[in-house]
Amino acid sequence: MMDDTLRDRTPATGAPESLAPAEGEAASRQGNWRAFLRVFLDNRLATAGLILVVAMLLFCFAGPLFYHTQQTKTDLLAQTLPPSHAHPLGTDSYGFDLLGRLMLGGQSSLEVGLASAFLATVFGALYGAISGYAGGALDSAMMRIVDMLLAIPTLVLLLVISAIFRPDLVTLIVIIAALSWLVTARLVRGEALALRDREYVQAVRLMGGKRWRIVMRHIVPNSIGVIVVNATFQVADAILLLAVLSFLGLGLPPPAASWGGILSDGLNYLYDGYWWLIYPAGLAIVLTVVSFNFIGDALRDSLDVRLRGR
Amino acid sequence: MSTYLVRRLVQSIVVIVGVVFITFILVHMLPGGPARAALGPKATPQGVAHFNHVNGLDQPLWRQFLSYFGQLLHGNLGFSYVQNQSVASLVGENLPRDVLLVGSAYVLALAIAIPLGLFQALRRNHFSDYAFTGLTFILYSMPSFLVGFLLIAVFSVQLQIFPSAAPSGSSIASILGDPRALVLPVVTLSAISIAAFSRYMRSAALENLALDYIRTARAKGASTSGVVLRHLLRNSLLPIVTLVGLSLPTVVAGALVTEEVFNFPGMGLLFFKSAQVQDYPVLIGFSLFVGIATVVGNLFADVAYGVLDPRVRLVAQPS
Repeated sequence: MMDDTLRDRTPATGAPESLAPAEGEAASRQGNWRAFLRVFLDNRLATAGLILVVAMLLFCFAGPLFYHTQQTKTDLLAQTLPPSHAHPLGTDSYGFDLLGRLMLGGQSSLEVGLASAFLATVFGALYGAISGYAGGALDSAMMRIVDMLLAIPTLVLLLVISAIFRPDLVTLIVIIAALSWLVTARLVRGEALALRDREYVQAVRLMGGKRWRIVMRHIVPNSIGVIVVNATFQVADAILLLAVLSFLGLGLPPPAASWGGILSDGLNYLYDGYWWLIYPAGLAIVLTVVSFNFIGDALRDSLDVRLRGR
Repeated sequence: MSTYLVRRLVQSIVVIVGVVFITFILVHMLPGGPARAALGPKATPQGVAHFNHVNGLDQPLWRQFLSYFGQLLHGNLGFSYVQNQSVASLVGENLPRDVLLVGSAYVLALAIAIPLGLFQALRRNHFSDYAFTGLTFILYSMPSFLVGFLLIAVFSVQLQIFPSAAPSGSSIASILGDPRALVLPVVTLSAISIAAFSRYMRSAALENLALDYIRTARAKGASTSGVVLRHLLRNSLLPIVTLVGLSLPTVVAGALVTEEVFNFPGMGLLFFKSAQVQDYPVLIGFSLFVGIATVVGNLFADVAYGVLDPRVRLVAQPS
C-alpha cells in the first residue's frame, strides 16, 4: 500500500524479477506454463477451491433447471417452516423455499462478485499502467487522486453512493467496483514503474511505438500475474462486501435475493432456533469466498518463480 | 530524509483537503436534503426554508464550501443539525470508545497472529500449517456480522458466559467497569485481523528463511530458538509494522458492522446514524478525522520502515 513512497526497496539478495517469463521462446513458455500448473495443482487447497467454485456455479445456475420453485410471490402461510420433504431446507420468513432461494441468491452474489471484480480489475489495471508508464506530473496527479479516494472512508463512499442510486444488480456491481479498483491501480502502477525502464520497452519506444500500444501490448500483459492474483481476491472481497451491504440494509430489496440478504434476514431469528435460515446461507458465502481466496493464494505462489520447485 | 518528510507532509495536506472537498460534494449530492430529515415529514415549506437559511444551505455550493473550509482552518468543525452538540464534542465522545474497542482487538490479534505465522512458516507444508492456513482462511472469509452472531449464539445464548450487548455506559470508565461485555466485540473484530496478520507474518518469515543470513547463523552454530527469536522474528516483523500503520484509520473510523451487531456506540454507528438524517457537519467531520488518520498511518508506516530497515532509503524524488 505504500509503493509510491518506498521506491528504493532493494533486497540484499536478487530482487524478485517480474513474474512473467522473460525469455519468449515457445518451448520455455510451455515449460513455464506446465510448472505453473504443477505448482497450482500441487496445492490441494487451491484444487479444492477450484472444484468448489465450479460446484457453486453449477448449483446456482444449473440447479434451478432441475429444482423448480417459485420465488416471486410471498406465502405468509408457509413462513419459516422447518426442513421437510416438500422443502428440503425449509422456508424463509417470506415463505420462499430456501433451497431455491439459495440458488437465486447465489446467482446475484456470484454475478456481483465476478462482474465487479472484472470491472475494477480492467479499470484499475489500465489506470495504474497508464499512470506508471506516463510518470512525471500526470502520474503524480493520478496517484494523488487514488490517495484521496483511499483516504475517504469506505463507509462514506458506500453509504452516499447507495443512498443516491436505488440498489439493483447493476448499481451494486458499479458501486463495489468503484470501491475496489484503487488497490489494483496501485499494484499495477508499481509494476509499470519497473517495466518502463526494461530494455525491451525502451526498444519499442525507440522504434517509435505508440504510447497506447506500449501500455496495452507490453505493460499490461507483463503485469498479468499481479493483475490475475488481485482479481481473484477482488471476487472474494466483493462477495463479502455485498453481504455486508445487505446486512446494513443497502443490498438488493426483495423479491430479489442474495446470500447476504438471506443470511442477515435469518439472523433475526437467531434466538428462535431457526437454524436453516442461518447456516446454509452462511456456509454458501464462506465456502465460496474461501475458495476464491485459496485460488488466489495458490496463483500467487505458482506465479512466484522463487517458490517453484521447493 | 528531511526533504522527504517535507514533501510527504505537503502531499498529505493536499490529500486531506481533497478528502474534505470530495466528501463535501458527495454529501450534498444526497437526495432529500438535511432539512426534511431534521424537521420530519410534517415540515412546512417555510420551516424548510428557514432551516436552510439558518444553516447557510441556500447559498451556492462553492460559497458553502469556502465558508466551511474557513471555519475548519479556525478549528471549528461545525455543529450537528440533529444532535444538540458540536461535531468536535461528538467525536470526542465516540472516538475514545472506538480506540478502546478497535485498539484492544488489534493488540489481541497481534499477540496471536505473530507467533502463529512464525510457527506456520517453520512448519511449512506440514499438517499443522495446512490446518491453520485453512482455519485462518475460513475466518478471513466470514462476513464479520456472521462471526459476531455465531459468537453470540455460542457464548451468549448457549453457554451464557458473556453478554450479547456491548457495555452500555458512555464513558471509558464505565465500559472498563464491565469488561466482560467487551469480550465478544473485541474477539469478533480480532478474528479477521488474526487471519490477515498471520498470513503476512507467515510469508515474511518464509521469505526470510530462504535468505543467507539464516544459513550463516545456523552455520555459526546458533541454536534454533536463537535463530528464530533473534534473527527470524525481528526481520519478519517489518511488514507487520507497516500493517499496523495502515490499520490506524480503522481505529478512528470504528467498526460499523461490529458496532451494529453488539450495539456498541462508536464512530461507525455515529456516522451511520448521521448519514440517515443527512447530518452534513458530522459526516464531513468524520471523513476529515479518518482522512487524517489514513495519511498519518501511511506516513508512520513508511518512516518506520525506513528507520527499521536500513536497506530502504526514503528519497524525495518526484513520485
